Amino acid sequence: MGTSTQARPTAHDAFGSPVGVNNFSIIAATVNGSGSQTANNAIARALFKMGIPTTGKNLFPSNIQGLPTWYIIRISREGYIGRRENAEVLIAMNRATADEDISKVPSGGVVIYPTEWKLSESRDDVTYYALPVQQLAKASGASAKMLSYVANMAYVGALVTLLGIDINEIDAALMHHFGGKRKAVDLNMGVVKAAAEYCQQNITKRDPFKVERMNATAGKVLIDGNSAGGLGTCFGGFTFAAWYPITPSTSLVDALTDYAKELRVEPDGTHTYAIVQAEDEIAAIGMITGAGWAGARAMTSTSGPGISLMTEYAGLAYFTEIPVVIWDIMRMGPSTGLPTRVSQGDVLMVYFLGHGDTKQIVLLPSNMQECFACGWQSFDLAERLQTPVFVLSDLDLGMNTWMSDPLEYPDTPMDRGKVLSAAQLDAAKGFNRYEDVDGDGIGYRTVPGTESKYAAYFTRGSGHNKYAQYTERADEWEANLDRLHRKHEYARTIVPKPVIDEVAGATVGIIAYGSTDQSMPEARKFLADRGVKTSYMRIRALPTTAEIHDFIQRYPRLYVVENNYDGQMRKILQMEVPERAKDLVQISKCDGLPLSSEWIATSILKKESK
Amino acid sequence: MAVQEPPIKVNRLGLTRDDYKGRASTLCKGCGHDSISQRIISVAYDLNLDPTHLIKVSGIGCSSKTPAYFINQSHGFNGLHGRMPSMATGAVLANRTLTALGVSGDGDAMSIGLGQFIHMVRRNVPMVFIVENNGVYGLTKGQFSATADLDQELKYAGRNELPPIDVCHEALVADCGFIGRSFAGDPRQVEALLKAALSHRGTAILDIISPCVTFNDHDDSTKSYAYGKAHEQIISDFGFVAPQEEITVDYDPGTTADVTMHDGSHVRLRKLDEKHDPRNRDAAMRVLEEAHIKQEFITGLIYINEERPALTEIERLPATPLAFLPPEKTRPSREALAKVMQEL
Repeated sequence: MGTSTQARPTAHDAFGSPVGVNNFSIIAATVNGSGSQTANNAIARALFKMGIPTTGKNLFPSNIQGLPTWYIIRISREGYIGRRENAEVLIAMNRATADEDISKVPSGGVVIYPTEWKLSESRDDVTYYALPVQQLAKASGASAKMLSYVANMAYVGALVTLLGIDINEIDAALMHHFGGKRKAVDLNMGVVKAAAEYCQQNITKRDPFKVERMNATAGKVLIDGNSAGGLGTCFGGFTFAAWYPITPSTSLVDALTDYAKELRVEPDGTHTYAIVQAEDEIAAIGMITGAGWAGARAMTSTSGPGISLMTEYAGLAYFTEIPVVIWDIMRMGPSTGLPTRVSQGDVLMVYFLGHGDTKQIVLLPSNMQECFACGWQSFDLAERLQTPVFVLSDLDLGMNTWMSDPLEYPDTPMDRGKVLSAAQLDAAKGFNRYEDVDGDGIGYRTVPGTESKYAAYFTRGSGHNKYAQYTERADEWEANLDRLHRKHEYARTIVPKPVIDEVAGATVGIIAYGSTDQSMPEARKFLADRGVKTSYMRIRALPTTAEIHDFIQRYPRLYVVENNYDGQMRKILQMEVPERAKDLVQISKCDGLPLSSEWIATSILKKESK
Repeated sequence: MAVQEPPIKVNRLGLTRDDYKGRASTLCKGCGHDSISQRIISVAYDLNLDPTHLIKVSGIGCSSKTPAYFINQSHGFNGLHGRMPSMATGAVLANRTLTALGVSGDGDAMSIGLGQFIHMVRRNVPMVFIVENNGVYGLTKGQFSATADLDQELKYAGRNELPPIDVCHEALVADCGFIGRSFAGDPRQVEALLKAALSHRGTAILDIISPCVTFNDHDDSTKSYAYGKAHEQIISDFGFVAPQEEITVDYDPGTTADVTMHDGSHVRLRKLDEKHDPRNRDAAMRVLEEAHIKQEFITGLIYINEERPALTEIERLPATPLAFLPPEKTRPSREALAKVMQEL
């Protein structure tokens, strides 16, 4: 490979920084079901192992095979992980979308495409590299069945040469992917090597994009949020899970199942848990409600449509005060919506899920460590508060690969809440299930199988008094709602507090939560560079805590950034802090993609410039 | 000489029959459901059931209110309409030592809850599931349920133009291993079926015709006391022999057969040559088909098969109930997490 003397001008990203060495994005446009994920993951993992901060995002269709899919790898020497609007290096492997894909490449970018297409290279502001993909794949000797899979390795090989990716790291990444099966790795590596050599001999590099080894990922791990959540659930001491398959939550239970088989099997082969695939989401939440009532740490995982079906049981569990944990890996609604695209559209629904005056506990993880932590904290909160706890993750967090500091072991012992033993019951000669003994709104409970004649009580969704007896008396009904309200107020004091970054002299407060946090460091730097100093609060739970109210009181202008159409968190904050309602400004977008740093920054800047 | 009080009768657990009572019923006077509750109380007392290891579960409807009217010393959960099976499934997996007694109705089990009913049977959730079947929605004042017979007349709903869903048929198709039908007006048979059902390995379905005295007990109703008494055809005769009981009554050889239940008790089938053999699935299917076509009211043990393992046996549960496992069994070690991190 030679180097052309006619290098094109260096491209810049939307923030004006030059893109080039360790600062650009790659987008692989492929056909769904063609096995391109193996190739994409290998590239991302190899870059990560080269010590370069790397994040991978999969934009995929609701389809098994045939529709277009894109995988974006961001390489950021600064360590930024948010989505960017542009990707400079296009790997065009899907003829059906090629014209539009190529049109989106920013000036100065690169297009790698199959020679077999005989493409007319019509743009003169991008660099084209043709790669004989089919020829390279066929030369590998792969069977006809495997041909389309190994063909993807051709672009991996091309990037090895064109970007300077260490080929040994590709080999190691494939070994990781194939669980050490050398034969499968060799078949793929044959194509990688052939493509790398082809580029060395036949292509003259005419672009500025390169990677160089760094030391910015030492000690870090690559993981997706659903795996982190499943692992956290496993370390949270779950004993029962019931679920129904739905994208994008399925991989959470898959991870939980795999980790549990590894970590939660006794020497005699028995399992310290049970996982049941239910017939639908109604049955899934029914099962965990029964299990939670009987004393298990019970959870389910679903997405928006599943939450809709769970509504009635969520209200029952709230009112009968049964601890359960429900993960909602949010995707785009209404209805079936865009099942494989991200949104934060379930916040309002989940916070008020149930009929009547229901207020649920909601946890909002923003990163891999928090996805893990929610796995165990959710159980502690659910059992302490005797109520459902919802964990609102989303498709971007859940299904994409993130660079993270290692997940941290739970730092507090399990809190099993107020559960009375047979000895305690016999000593007290009874208990009143829904009596507020401690002033926190939480009664004491018993579980079936407690061997005391005083243990039993009757659980019902209909009106009940503090003795758990049926009642339709107005005063008893109201007293019960008052107690539930006290419990909600108590919950404010124990749910995770927001993370606040206060900047001296800032007059602008930015509020975000969940996956939107990924773009904030970059967006805030962009704003700061243009003289807009911002303080930042990331909300981690509902109900709102005192810290959230204080932050909102401190700033004249507040921008609530979220990935939904209606500005749902903003609406909740407006209800919670009504006197500041008009100062809470909606910055929301809902197009199926994670919010980009550029969009957030420019949207706020526009408002600030007015 | 002081008059000696007669000794209070207690069972092997030292509990009186009164200890198995519940709160006062709020159902209509004469409701078939109350009669079934009384049978449950007697059977629990007779079988020495430990109330602390019994759970009473139900959905929504008149029948589903009844768990409050028996065995106060047991935990009860009056849950959602048609969704009790899932809740019971979670509870028995959380604590495998529990005996679950579910009470449902024809609307709860065969209309809104048919899906959960079938899946409960398919999973063979260990529990007794009673359908207190009166063919009518009582709490909403008299609509037809899905088990109402063809051409029935109701004041509220007029004539029923659709055929009924048969509880026992549905259970059999879903591979249920214990299916019985009875009549609230036949206490002896209800008790015998209940005792055997409580010893069954998996899901036991009891379809008990239980007249609704307010909305569906008129002369031309097929779910009335009068109709039941006049038309009940007992298709199988059997006795229940508890594990500890000595078998004292002898029958002529060749006229009886014993089915050994999961807990060591026996169901003794009698007069095999004359009647239906409940061990034969094909025969059970045929009996139900014929009764459906001829609109006959057959009762008794329809099918019994102890071979299928219950869900709690399939799930590889440890001896200690999941609900009572200590944290050291349910939270892997710090080292285990470090190892997972290494592999990422």
